Amino acid sequence: MPSGQDDIMIVDTNKCMHCGGCVGCCPQNAIFLCDYILTFNDDCNKCGRCTRLCPVGALTLEAKA
Amino acid sequence: MKTLKCEVLVVGAGPAGGMAAKSCAERGIDTILIEKKAEIGAPLRCAEGVSKKMFTEIGIEPRPEWICADMKGAIIKSPNGTAFQLDESHAGAEVGYVLERHLFDKGISVLAAEAGAKLMMRTWMTGPIKEGDKIVGAHCISMGEPLDIYCDCIVGADGIESQVGRWCGMDTNLKLNDIEPCIQYRMANCKCSMEFCEFILGRSIAPGGYLWIFPKGNGIANVGIGISAEFCKNGVRPKQFLDKFIAEDPRFKDAQIIEIDAGFDSTCPGLESGYSVANVLLVGDSARLVDPITGGGIGHACVSGMYAGEVLAECKKNNDYSAKALKEYDKKIIKRMEDGLYRDWMAKEKLAELDDDTINELVGILASADIEHVNVQNLLIVLKEKYPKLVEGFEDLI
Repeated sequence: MPSGQDDIMIVDTNKCMHCGGCVGCCPQNAIFLCDYILTFNDDCNKCGRCTRLCPVGALTLEAKA
Repeated sequence: MKTLKCEVLVVGAGPAGGMAAKSCAERGIDTILIEKKAEIGAPLRCAEGVSKKMFTEIGIEPRPEWICADMKGAIIKSPNGTAFQLDESHAGAEVGYVLERHLFDKGISVLAAEAGAKLMMRTWMTGPIKEGDKIVGAHCISMGEPLDIYCDCIVGADGIESQVGRWCGMDTNLKLNDIEPCIQYRMANCKCSMEFCEFILGRSIAPGGYLWIFPKGNGIANVGIGISAEFCKNGVRPKQFLDKFIAEDPRFKDAQIIEIDAGFDSTCPGLESGYSVANVLLVGDSARLVDPITGGGIGHACVSGMYAGEVLAECKKNNDYSAKALKEYDKKIIKRMEDGLYRDWMAKEKLAELDDDTINELVGILASADIEHVNVQNLLIVLKEKYPKLVEGFEDLI
């Protein structure tokens, strides 16, 4: 799953429960949650930990088209 | 830019932040409590279980509306159905209440307000304000407008998301084996006991964690699961374990989900690098003060919030919020919690390695033992005698 810097994080807003778990377990502190909006900043190194741990599978890494 | 000044700024109005604000304000500290969301205590991220003795420790009489159900005891079950039932006379104050968290959290903030704390909703911190290396306040957004709040000390009570600590140079990162992703359904029309909390262990049920049934009365229960992050790979997620359990347990045959909650537990033994730096301290989940075995964090949150107020009152008296002065807070946390957290962390690590057969055997040992007063410590004493391998490496803490 961990992959190239060119990949992009995709948040499935229909799945996200806004629990904030990904924010807390991000080793880069690159994820931010405000209300119902999850954002990633440039510190994200696409390690894939959040995609693996999201309880509902709302996060995926996808190759840049 | 709008600015405000106070002595202590508390970031986050959960139980830890609410208690910290109450505890500061009632000691005459000029306190502001900010909360990111529009409502305190929602959405729920918790199984809502708390021990009764917590309320004695924090000196708060629980209000009837905070308590959904008063537990008669607890049941620990292994995968083959072996059950170890603790009733209240044995479980004492360890077994407790299932709360109505949104009312409890609001209730604690009401106490903070009554003590004189100022509350600001829809207000969140975006980073520390620094003068040189010194943290002198927090950049915030309040109702969509930028706001700088200058203060002598920031209390980080921002939960598992915990950015205050990281912004202020504290290492709150979690190792993979110390993260427990959780999911919970609130279910109606359940046929489970409404008087006992149930904990179900075993690798086939909840690898590296447990599944819980916490009744809330009138056929409603919180049915949830946490599994170790180490087992979350190749698409394995806690939800599928929970769905499987519910589908196979006849007590939930006619039950319906009325709420879905997700959340993470930290299961580390506290923070290695300490709980405070100059002008900043962390309370509750943001300080990773969650019991690694039970996942319980409400008690530690409230107690750490109370300690924050006690220490900050001394800081105010001496006008000294230095790292050295705040170390008193660390000392209180370490004295009260760290042995227990470390013991339970070791036990969690060992339990995660056990297969279902061994769990069946261990629950059988507990069921046949005569335990006068049940708590994690006493359960481990029994297991230490019959199954010493389980406690290898931390015998001295038992």
